[in-house]
Amino acid sequence: MKNQQQGRIARSIAERATTEPRWIRWGLIGVALAFLAVFVVLPLAVVFVAALQKGLYTYWESISDPMALAAIKLTFIAAGIAVPLNMVFGVAASWAIAKFDFPGKQVLTTLIDLPFSVSPVVSGLIFVLIFGLQGWFGPWLNDHDIKIIFAVPGIVLATIFVTFPFVARELIPLMQAQGTEEEEAALTLGAGGWQTFRRVTLPNIKWGLLYGVILCNARAMGEFGAVSVVSGHIRGLTNTMPLHIEILYNEYHSAAAFAVASLLALLALVTLALKSIVEWRVKQQLRGGRHTLVEEPTT
Amino acid sequence: MKIEVQNVTKRFGGFTALDNVNLEVQSGELLALLGPSGCGKTTLLRILSGLEFADSGQVLFDGEDATSQSVRARRVGFVFQHYALFRHMTVFENIAFGLRVRRTGRPSRVGIRSRVEELLKLVRLESLAQRYPAQLSGGQRQRVALARALAVEPRVLLLDEPFGALDAKVRQELRRWLRRLHDEVQITSVFVTHDQEEALEVADRVVVMNRGRVEQIGPPDQVYHHPATPFVCDFLGNVNLFECEIKNGRAFVGGVPFDLAESPPESTRTALVYVRPHQLDVLHDPVGPNNLPATIKLINPAGPQVKLELTTDWGQIIHADLSQERYRSLQLQPATRVFLATKEMKVFHAA
Repeated sequence: MKNQQQGRIARSIAERATTEPRWIRWGLIGVALAFLAVFVVLPLAVVFVAALQKGLYTYWESISDPMALAAIKLTFIAAGIAVPLNMVFGVAASWAIAKFDFPGKQVLTTLIDLPFSVSPVVSGLIFVLIFGLQGWFGPWLNDHDIKIIFAVPGIVLATIFVTFPFVARELIPLMQAQGTEEEEAALTLGAGGWQTFRRVTLPNIKWGLLYGVILCNARAMGEFGAVSVVSGHIRGLTNTMPLHIEILYNEYHSAAAFAVASLLALLALVTLALKSIVEWRVKQQLRGGRHTLVEEPTT
Repeated sequence: MKIEVQNVTKRFGGFTALDNVNLEVQSGELLALLGPSGCGKTTLLRILSGLEFADSGQVLFDGEDATSQSVRARRVGFVFQHYALFRHMTVFENIAFGLRVRRTGRPSRVGIRSRVEELLKLVRLESLAQRYPAQLSGGQRQRVALARALAVEPRVLLLDEPFGALDAKVRQELRRWLRRLHDEVQITSVFVTHDQEEALEVADRVVVMNRGRVEQIGPPDQVYHHPATPFVCDFLGNVNLFECEIKNGRAFVGGVPFDLAESPPESTRTALVYVRPHQLDVLHDPVGPNNLPATIKLINPAGPQVKLELTTDWGQIIHADLSQERYRSLQLQPATRVFLATKEMKVFHAA
């Protein structure tokens, strides 16, 4: 009895020692909420309000416009190619980095982060310099009638480049934390390399992988800078959703611009919801194991 | 199966993990690789398994060269220090894994089920088949790891610090159980440990390693009672070390004459004398040779033996263990001046 009482007193003293007075607590929470409201909730609300300001009919017309549909289609094509490729690349790179030691490992780890540190405009220009008419392969491509810049392949390439760190950066810390013992155990039990990957490694990283893929997809659909440089803004052909929105806005079709923007915003919200679910699963699976989530620097 | 290790050397960068190691594991025996951390024992075990390869030297399985054979080809069972259970599989699936991934001669579903059930019974975990590793205690995980390794009917069982991550009580239980299991299954087994008590209690033979070299190989009682090198003597249990000066064929410890069990060769200047705490007796008055004066500092009578800490006149700390009866009959008090008599000792001469 006495011990319990002493424990309770000790606990409440400890609580008092590590807790701020009430006005500071509420003050901090208030500042955080106000900031969120002004910088996140308000803009999001404005998008939907502006999209619907001229009524549902205009809204529907804006998003069912052939140009808008083409932009939506192209966005899905670019993401549909970039995301699976980056998934394969990300798994391969993190497998190599987390499970093996080889010369140049540090360089590879640094290079994976390159697309994050380079401005998207520069990323786009790189491809113009390589494949553009005045670029290295320009004349040869022109002779063979292959179009990369100002065409769909360029957009896909730029999207791949900008989004390739997501999966790898998500998986490397996860795989490093998990170590190689389970794979070694599988080998001693007679499993081959592919069996080990499919039956041991993949199930262990699946939630982390899905999380990386979701982030990668969100960025692939929303990318503006790099894609803008290589796209050429040909309506109905090389405009993705973000580019289409910009054009509409510049031409004072603000209701239409916000209508398409609201679709992107919806995609973002769905992504966010998926991300939260997956994050929760990752945490459950790891049960407090080491795991760092990748924060993307936005440009 | 008999294993031979011949002149195996392994380096990691500038660090020599194994330095020309030679070793034979007899068929059906339980061998312990014992040594401090960094002595190369785990590296040697991994080279036996094929998870690591030697820079030079050979590994023979039943006289057949296995040096460059892959892990799969060697058919060894390996139990990892931290169990390395597949965390997304149930206990049942963990044990069945080795059978399921087999390319040739994969048993039928029924065959796998009955084999796994048989193993679950062997490690006494029948009721936990559908649990996940995270839901098991350390000792249970260790037993699952063992069953999983045995499922593929390995030719050798290799265990890396099998009880290292368990608490003292479970550890003792499990190592006795491992000994019984080994007698039942009779598979050639090698286990790595840094715990001398564990090695001496469980193994048929003990290999004492230090800095990538084998110091001594022998049955537990032999390495304990007849250590071949000062390191082995020092590593196996607590020991008091006396440095003797040799003058005119006599040994002196801190100026006190000391009769050695065997007379020193002419050329030696110093000798190292190792005396275990239980090989010392405490006397109130000197009665013969080798009676070192010392002062009692601490007395700890808790436990089967009374542990004394004493200091000599030249400041060396000495540990002595007395039986409870002897302690009571002497009626010792702290700060008393007494004499230490050596009942047995181990002498190493230095040139």
